[in-house]
Amino acid sequence: MNPVLTLDHVSYSYHTPSGETPALKDVSFSVRPGSFTSIAGPSGCGKSTLLSLIAGLIAPEKGCIRFYKSDAMPAAARIGYMLQHDTLLEWRTIYKNILLGLEVTHQCTEQKKRLAADMMHDYGLASFKNAHPSELSGGMRQRAALIRTLVLEPDILLLDEPFSALDYQTRLEVSDDIFRIIKEQEKTALLVTHDISEAIAMGEQVIVLSSRPAGIKNVFDIHLSVDKRTPFSSRTAPEFSAYFHQIWKELS
Amino acid sequence: MSAIQMHYLKQMKRLKYKITLARILLFAGFITLWEVAAYTGWIDDFIFSSPSRIIKTLFAMISDGSIFYHTAVTVAETGISFALIVLLGVGTAILLWSSKTISAVLEPYLVLLNSLPKSALAPMIIVWLGNNAKAIIVTAISVGVFGTILNIYTSFAETDSDKILLIQTLGGSRKNILTKVVLPASLKTIISNMKVNIGLSLVGVIIGEFLAAKAGLGYLIIYGSQVFKMDWVAMSIVILCILSVILFKIVDFIEKIVL
Repeated sequence: MNPVLTLDHVSYSYHTPSGETPALKDVSFSVRPGSFTSIAGPSGCGKSTLLSLIAGLIAPEKGCIRFYKSDAMPAAARIGYMLQHDTLLEWRTIYKNILLGLEVTHQCTEQKKRLAADMMHDYGLASFKNAHPSELSGGMRQRAALIRTLVLEPDILLLDEPFSALDYQTRLEVSDDIFRIIKEQEKTALLVTHDISEAIAMGEQVIVLSSRPAGIKNVFDIHLSVDKRTPFSSRTAPEFSAYFHQIWKELS
Repeated sequence: MSAIQMHYLKQMKRLKYKITLARILLFAGFITLWEVAAYTGWIDDFIFSSPSRIIKTLFAMISDGSIFYHTAVTVAETGISFALIVLLGVGTAILLWSSKTISAVLEPYLVLLNSLPKSALAPMIIVWLGNNAKAIIVTAISVGVFGTILNIYTSFAETDSDKILLIQTLGGSRKNILTKVVLPASLKTIISNMKVNIGLSLVGVIIGEFLAAKAGLGYLIIYGSQVFKMDWVAMSIVILCILSVILFKIVDFIEKIVL
């Protein structure tokens, strides 16, 4: 099967009056459709830059990024982006927040609205339709943010440390929650994190980045002997700590 | 409810009564003192006027309708100036927000114009535009508009960058960023700015009327002082007090509806 996304020798630098800061150097990797890939790297290494490049918010200075919709030709893929903070808008209800992406891309059709309502129902937000974000728990807010992205029916989901603002307990719960939703919706996902455990727990493949300018240090395929893989059950797998130590060594 | 809680609530109520009572007494005391001082000849009521003279003047001007005319002129000029300040302020702030180059070029001029005493501009505006309502409205706008632009633009520029990134990642345009995030996030600033501006518009209109008007409360004040009709001056000031409270309450009401 062809990869859904390929990065080919991608480099990027930031320019300020005081000089040039290389953020990414010669990054190449590809992502299989329906897979969950984690990208781990030290804080501030350029992980978010990588996601901004894939999302098309900035253009690579060198190299190229290709998407494949089918096995044949490269095509523009739809990217869903989940940010570090849920960034739900307080002046809108949860339902209106979920429709935000549809509104700005002019696809607020009855059919899409129904999809939004169905997803809110499926993922336990139906009774909060007219609530404002501050009335929801951190986990529910993150779920609402995910649905806001999913109603746009993206081909690839980019997750930029989406759990980092949550406390540890909630974080474990929300990881399971989000992972399950992504798997049910059969989406390809790319998670960026500085948390090694989280990278292993969620990813089928872990790409380890070096510190700035970020380049690929190593790629690990994660095989865990657990029955039904969830981020939480992954943490109990016997191989988990071995992967952790390997990646830990790569990072330090 | 416990006895202590009831006692507490009772005390709070009594305190509230006391404050209201003190306010009324202060007002009544001031009016009485003024009236008595004028009546006994302790102050010259030709210069200082007096509550009874103000009321007499008010009734005379109500019966010939002239007070309604002057008040209406001032209110209309203030309303138009206020609306234009808000429109120009928000509009220019959007323009500055939409182009970093434009805002960088204009910023020092806006800071300069904002700190300039606008009453210094009034005579020139009147020479240019003539002795009419147009000059008064432009004067009033000049008092409020520069501060408004700077204030609202600062609020726009401080919009949470994560929320802007959100619209970008959802595939929204720059216009979407403005209408879905920047404007709603600055609504509170815009409203609190309107509260300041309703007062500033009135200040600007009175300055303008001092210099250019043939009607309005500012005209009544300046004309009254020139012909030593201090009753007109004092009465106009009383009406201005009432007017400014009413105008502020209107904006307050708008705030309650919008927010």
